[in-house]
Amino acid sequence: MELVTLIAAITIFALAIFLGFELITKVPPTLHTPLMSGANAISGITVVGALILLQNTPYNNANPGFAAWLAFAALVLATINVVGGFTVTNRMLKMIAGKRGRK
Amino acid sequence: MDNAIWDVGYLVASILFILGLKKLGHPRTAPTGNLYGAMGMLLAIVVTIAQMDFGVIDNFILIGAGLFVGGLIGYVMAVRVQMTGMPEMVALFNGFGGAASALVAASEVFRRIDQNDLPEDLELYVAWIAIGLSALVGWMTLTGSLLAMMKLKGGVEIFGTWYRTPTWGPEWLNYVKGLILIAIVGLLYMTIKEPGNQDYVIAIIGLSCILGIFFVLPIGGADMPVVVSLLNSLSGIAAAFTGFIIGNNVLIIAGSMVGAAGLILTNIMCKAMNRQLIDVLFKSFGGSDKEQVTRTKIGSDPEEVAMICDGISKCVIIPGYGMAVSQCQHQVREFADILEANGCEVKYGIHPVAGRMPGHMNVLLAEASVPYEKLIEMDDINSEMGECDVALVVGANDTVNPAARSGEGPLAGMPIINADKARVVVMVKRSLSVGYAGVDNDLFYEDKTMMLFGDGKKMMTELVSSMKEL
Repeated sequence: MELVTLIAAITIFALAIFLGFELITKVPPTLHTPLMSGANAISGITVVGALILLQNTPYNNANPGFAAWLAFAALVLATINVVGGFTVTNRMLKMIAGKRGRK
Repeated sequence: MDNAIWDVGYLVASILFILGLKKLGHPRTAPTGNLYGAMGMLLAIVVTIAQMDFGVIDNFILIGAGLFVGGLIGYVMAVRVQMTGMPEMVALFNGFGGAASALVAASEVFRRIDQNDLPEDLELYVAWIAIGLSALVGWMTLTGSLLAMMKLKGGVEIFGTWYRTPTWGPEWLNYVKGLILIAIVGLLYMTIKEPGNQDYVIAIIGLSCILGIFFVLPIGGADMPVVVSLLNSLSGIAAAFTGFIIGNNVLIIAGSMVGAAGLILTNIMCKAMNRQLIDVLFKSFGGSDKEQVTRTKIGSDPEEVAMICDGISKCVIIPGYGMAVSQCQHQVREFADILEANGCEVKYGIHPVAGRMPGHMNVLLAEASVPYEKLIEMDDINSEMGECDVALVVGANDTVNPAARSGEGPLAGMPIINADKARVVVMVKRSLSVGYAGVDNDLFYEDKTMMLFGDGKKMMTELVSSMKEL
């Protein structure tokens, strides 16, 4: 990584943190759990990292990768996090918001 | 074509995440927000796979298998979980997210050591610091979340024996935690000095796991939602560090955004409980020293309660964790329906931390088709409690304990629902035992309080049938 890339990455990091602080202001208690669960599903973005590593890491070399299996485990866990997280959030929100719409 | 063009896809995904998170904070737009988040994630995954080199087919089998297996497990777990188990599920998924980031970091470091592909100079510093921090935060999130999950459940079953999850934390444990943290930072320095030595990495992983356990161990059950929220924030940060390792912006953006937003949410939740985050984390509270209950109270039977409830004009139902455990929300609604048919006004008073997770009660009552407008938040319902004829407390304890107003004991300062202001208080509870905070409740022993001892579902069913017989 070159210095310029690093600085760019740190810039993005810092700005995204400020963005996150501003994004959530007043949240009604009803939405605390769904919001937590939804945000948690988004943090499953690490699935992209697992995919990239898995592609870069040959697992059928002479010394097959322990590393590849770690990346595979990461991929499985991250996918559980992503799919499960969004599904469970959706279920919760349906119960909260859906019933209200019916009334 | 330059591969950088794919980054536009990541940009769109990031924008979807930002909009999604924003929309998740408002009741009306929340479902759309969740959908945006999911679309952003799908886009990020598709973009990542699309830019791969399709020459090496072997890895694609692993990739396909991983996505399929993970997706299937996640979906099945999410669909099958009971509404009462929702908080545990969130904690578990959160742990998985943290572990995934930590595993990515571990995979990268072991691959580099294995292939003797060690970076140099600046790259070494960036990669190794990011790997170390990602491991620290990620493993800590995993063990912390797993422990939090068991605490939310109240215990764990191993080979048919039930073990209660302990809450233990003398003050010196805080210093131990500090020492572990310093040790990890020291080890991090050593990994940079000796990048080829994987022992240091393993030591970091081990210490981080222990730190996660020590972090959650002293925290009582009532504070668990706050901790889960904080761990959620940490898993975002772990993902951001992972982004530095592989040099991917979408990870950095989504991860740090979730990290920051999670911290804000944690703070909001602390405020709802009138607690300081620092106190929650470092002062052991709740569940440890339970008061012994020495007083007694004669229980009432459902017929008596039904007679009292006949002809009243205003009733407030205050649900708690007991309702979630016994799954009696449908019976509660049936009871409310009968009262309403007799011209009584029925409202539900929802304490912000009722249950084991904010919004827990709302979800359960919504499942029983209780209209959203009838769920009244604590501050609004409290102003009406004075004119309330009957307050029906279903499986709640700490959230209506007047001891909180006294300014002493573990509950001091926690806002409560003023059930004691109602003319008659009916409490459905299994026994007189103390609540999560371990404090005896004076409300039980007041003359106007009628106790219905028993399982929530059974008692509410009997109450409903008694009402029908009147």
